[in-house]
Amino acid sequence: MSIKPKNDAVARTSLSVAFTVGLYGAAFGAAGVTAGFTILQTCLLSILLFSGASQFAVVGIMGAGGSAISAIATATLLGFRNALYGLQMAPILKVTGLKRILSAQITIDESTAVSTLQENDVDRKRGFYLTGIGVYIFWNLFTYLGALGASAIGDPAVWGLDAAVPAAFCGLVWPRLKDKKQFLISALAIVLALSLTPITAAGIPIITTVLLAIIFGWKK
Amino acid sequence: MSAIWIAVIGSSITAFLNKYIGHSVPEKWLDRPRFKRINTLVPIVLLSALVGVQTFATKKEIVIDQRFAGVLVALIALKLKASFPIVVASAAITSAAIYNLF
Repeated sequence: MSIKPKNDAVARTSLSVAFTVGLYGAAFGAAGVTAGFTILQTCLLSILLFSGASQFAVVGIMGAGGSAISAIATATLLGFRNALYGLQMAPILKVTGLKRILSAQITIDESTAVSTLQENDVDRKRGFYLTGIGVYIFWNLFTYLGALGASAIGDPAVWGLDAAVPAAFCGLVWPRLKDKKQFLISALAIVLALSLTPITAAGIPIITTVLLAIIFGWKK
Repeated sequence: MSAIWIAVIGSSITAFLNKYIGHSVPEKWLDRPRFKRINTLVPIVLLSALVGVQTFATKKEIVIDQRFAGVLVALIALKLKASFPIVVASAAITSAAIYNLF
C-alpha cells in the first residue's frame, strides 16, 4: 500500500491513533500478568480477541476470582458494538472470504472512528485499514512489553498497577458519557455492582448491570 | 484446561463472531433503534461496574485504599483531557506513592 501525497492526512491520523492506542496495550499487558495470566495468555488475548475493553474485562474478572463463563459473557456483551461497526463498514469495504475475515478482526472502535471521519470511500477504506492494522501491530507489541515488565515486578501495588486497571476502565468509559442521563446510569451501575459484590460470586456483579442498560434503553 | 485458558479461548471466539456477524448479516437485522439504544448503554454500565469493583473490592469486601486515590487522580486527568497513557500513569504513580509511604 503506497502512501499518496493527497492522502497524507489520512495516514497521519491513522498512524498517530494507532501509536497512542497501541501504547495503551502496555497497561493491558501489565494488567493481564497482574491478574495471574501468563505472558502467553495475555498476548493471545491481544492477538485473538483484539478489543481493548473486552480484554480488560476478561483479565479483571478472572483476576478477581470470577468464573470463565462470566468473563466470556461480559467480554461478549462489550464486543457487541463491534458488530454494529462491521455493519457500518461492510458496504464501504465490500470484501469476501479471507479478506472479510481479516477485516472483521480489525473492526474495532478506532478503525471505524477514523474511517467515518473521512469524506470519500477511498479514504474511508484507507483510514480503516491503516488504523486497524496499525493499532493491531502497536497494541500487540506493547501488550508484550507491558506483560514482560509486569512479570518482573513482585507486588503489583508497589508500582500502582492495582490502580492502573480501574484507571484504564475510567479512560474507556469516560468518552462514552455524553449527557447527564449517561452519567447517572454509570453511577447506578457502580452502586449496583458494589452492592452485589459481598453477596454474589465475582463477575456476577458486573454482568448484572446489563439490566440497567436494558431498562434505560428500552424506551426513548 | 484451566479456567483462564477457557476464558482466553472462549472470549476470543465470541469476540470474532461479534465482529464477523456485523460484516455478514443484512443491515436490517441489527439496525433497530431499541437495540442500538441498549447497545450504547451496555459498555457504559459494564465498564462503570468494572471501575467500581476494581477500585473498591478486595475479594468480597468493599475497602477504600490507595486504589481510590489513584482513580480520583485519573478522573481529574480525564477532566483535564489528558491522553490515555497519562491517565493510567498518573493513577499508578499516586496509588504507588500512597502504598509505599503509609
